[in-house]
Amino acid sequence: MFRRQSGRYVATFASDEVRVLRKVASEVVGLLTDGFDHSDPVVGRLFPDAYPDDRRSTAEFRRYTEGDLKTAKIDQAGAILAALPGESGGEVRLDAEAAEAWLRALNDARLAMGVRLEIKDGTDLGEELDEAVAEDPTSSRVFQLSVYAYLGYLQESLLNALIDGA
Amino acid sequence: MGGMAAPQVAPVETPATEEVPASDRPWVTIVWDDPVNLMTYVTWVFQKLFGYSREKAERLMLDVHHKGRAVVTSGARERMEHDASQLHAYGLWATVDRS
Repeated sequence: MFRRQSGRYVATFASDEVRVLRKVASEVVGLLTDGFDHSDPVVGRLFPDAYPDDRRSTAEFRRYTEGDLKTAKIDQAGAILAALPGESGGEVRLDAEAAEAWLRALNDARLAMGVRLEIKDGTDLGEELDEAVAEDPTSSRVFQLSVYAYLGYLQESLLNALIDGA
Repeated sequence: MGGMAAPQVAPVETPATEEVPASDRPWVTIVWDDPVNLMTYVTWVFQKLFGYSREKAERLMLDVHHKGRAVVTSGARERMEHDASQLHAYGLWATVDRS
């Protein structure tokens, strides 16, 4: 988890954490490049309709903003990939700019997973996880829910470090 | 906010909406509730993007959370579209509408 240390945002990651972060950041990049598909609900969530009742204005808005927005999202996921240590784990030190890129990228990854996992307003993550474990502890849903929870903790720790440092 | 030397003028009542031509009515940026974004993150984004105080940002975040949506900025349409795209960059669910 992140802490502030002489103007930098520092965290130490074990090898499995590095693997998970590399995987989720790469998946976001994939989603925004080769896999970009407007009919994918994840893309719908990352690029919301600006005018829910007006398709023409929404299309116009997209024409002017979507390219930049996509580039920004790819860059911020890239900031995670660029700062991660090797597979054996290690330390990540971020300056304020990189820390904010990480924060937005972690949020994008959580949004994407939240759509796939069908996280709702009243969803209790602990309960979901218990249920999924009871059903099949080796299922991909158990893994995905754990990753989603982990990303939330990580994002919150980074945010708290940023707010405390401000 | 500055302007200490400005003459004091009684505030003019803004005309009711129906008296203003539709094309002159200001636009708004709306942020909608979603189950994923952390409350602390949403508050931080409002402070960061719009320079709002922590109190104001928190109040707006709570409006989003409890009422399902909140108007976060208002003004010219182009400006609102800019704000919405910035909010999208931070992963907030924002739309543009007439006020």
